[in-house]
Amino acid sequence: MSELTYTVLRLGLLVLLWVLVLAVVGVLRRDVFGTRVVPRPSEGRPAGAGRPPRAARDDRPAPPPEDRTVPRQVVVVEGPLRGTGLALGSAPVLVGRSPDCSLVLEDDYASGRHLRLFPRDGRWWVEDLGSTNGTLLGREPLGAPAPVEAGAQLRIGRTVLELRR
Amino acid sequence: MAVVTQHAARSRRGTELLLLVLAVGVAVLAYGMVGLGVDGEWSAGLPQYGGGLAALALVVHGVLRWRAPYADPVLLPVAVALNGLGLAVIHRLDLAEGSAQAPRQLLWSAIGVVAATVVVVALRDHRLLRRYTFVAMAASLVLLLLPLLPVLGRTINGARIWIGVGPLSFQPGEIAKITLAVFFAGYLVTARDTLSLAGRRVLGLRLPRGRDLGPILVAWAGSVGVLVLQRDLGTSLLFFGLFVAVLYLATERVSWIAIGLVLFAGGAYVAYQLFGHVQQRVSGWLDPFDPEVYDRAAGGSYQLVQGLFGLANGGLTGTGLGRGRPDIVPFANSDFVLASLGEELGLAGLFAVLALYLVLVERGLRTAIGVRDGFGKLLAGGLAFTVALQCFVVAGGVLRVIPLTGLTMPFLAAGGSSLLTNWIIIGLLLRISDAARRPAPTPAPAPPGPATSETQIVRTV
Repeated sequence: MSELTYTVLRLGLLVLLWVLVLAVVGVLRRDVFGTRVVPRPSEGRPAGAGRPPRAARDDRPAPPPEDRTVPRQVVVVEGPLRGTGLALGSAPVLVGRSPDCSLVLEDDYASGRHLRLFPRDGRWWVEDLGSTNGTLLGREPLGAPAPVEAGAQLRIGRTVLELRR
Repeated sequence: MAVVTQHAARSRRGTELLLLVLAVGVAVLAYGMVGLGVDGEWSAGLPQYGGGLAALALVVHGVLRWRAPYADPVLLPVAVALNGLGLAVIHRLDLAEGSAQAPRQLLWSAIGVVAATVVVVALRDHRLLRRYTFVAMAASLVLLLLPLLPVLGRTINGARIWIGVGPLSFQPGEIAKITLAVFFAGYLVTARDTLSLAGRRVLGLRLPRGRDLGPILVAWAGSVGVLVLQRDLGTSLLFFGLFVAVLYLATERVSWIAIGLVLFAGGAYVAYQLFGHVQQRVSGWLDPFDPEVYDRAAGGSYQLVQGLFGLANGGLTGTGLGRGRPDIVPFANSDFVLASLGEELGLAGLFAVLALYLVLVERGLRTAIGVRDGFGKLLAGGLAFTVALQCFVVAGGVLRVIPLTGLTMPFLAAGGSSLLTNWIIIGLLLRISDAARRPAPTPAPAPPGPATSETQIVRTV
């Protein structure tokens, strides 16, 4: 085996090693872009009621214009988790104290699985899952599942959720 | 603690398979080149070695497809690549020193992979571990104290951290890293509210109340106990660092880091005054080229300096596997595996390996951010931090940034206990990352109407 072959292989190994590193980094790149960061408000900084969470950095083109009443995120505007939010995608969202929920509340008056938000026929619906203390939609107690629009407020115990564009 | 969600949940198992092929390719090429460099022919055991590594990787990959389809796609390939490179370097030193460590290391890799698979299969939800918080604490204590037992314990190279049964020896303290991480996470997730209670504000830092200092003082005393009883600098540092890191993750208070650093400085100073071996490490770090320090029979800087010469010999692209002289350094395949690697792969190779560690730690921390429950956050963060701290302490020691301590480079260094522990850590991180990346449970959307709003069945813990 000639010295040249060895040198080529030696440098080839380094190249392959870096190809692996760069391939891994390439996979991670997706993680940096296209995510949404929801900071918890720190206790020293009073978060003004209804302060919008940090705008999501999204590198994808804006979706086509659609109905302005369809909510696209749900944000906690009052209660222990004020400032936390969740994007409403295409999947139903479960809200409650259980760690299984998509939005886990730290509210003693909320039930384990308190309510569910789900999309149907291009709108979002809210359904109380038989919670102990009930849910208020606006000022009315929520009985049967009801459609919700952007701007609607849901009260669960000491927590108020707002649906936003 | 912030929660970061991704727009689209994808399992990305195909990506993982692709990366695995690359990782095994790198490892096999490195292993084969050892033979080329030493005797001009491909290494003898190449098919068995390559096949073994590929089989291990595929086993875990298959199990992930079956049991944790949303697990992080990067963790496994990075671990396999590091483990494979470690095997190549150990094989290279076997050829130089006439030892037979590489088959042993491959065997331990297999045991580690089996352990990681068992973790992924048997542990369906990482939150189960929270129930065993105090069992984990007791287990950690037992594991740490085992080497001190009269019959079982063994003193190897001045540190009493081994247990031996017949020809087998094992470092139970390595496993204690995991049980301690479980204990710290489980304990601090419940205690964090007390520990982050308001205290006095001094110089912009909110200091905790005096009585809340208890846990950190106990952790500190425990670490010092390990140092005194077992003369093991690295493990002691690692345990205290882990506690402070998890405490910071739990409370988001910078003051805990400040307190931890002050306690560490105090402990380090006292240890320096009391223990001869600590003084030797420090003098070897400060004046390694002093002939008196260099020639000292025990605890001199010979090893460190030879490692530095090796790295210098390697230069930018290295001497090539099999063409350097890494065997001159004592413990070249365990404590100084990084120097061996740096000599034969050069700065370029060393940086690639460090980049792989960086990615491994980043994925652990990313998992901690992504997972929704507090216990999972603290556990994943703590485990990732252990890997990071070990890398820093080992690389810093070999490169003369900090005094040398006796920790091992995760996955690279020869040693079964460390390899087994790190594979279990990978298993746990895979399990937690599956929970973090799995899309939120989607119950079948019931048509709106009270009649159909039946109770939903959601995965129970």
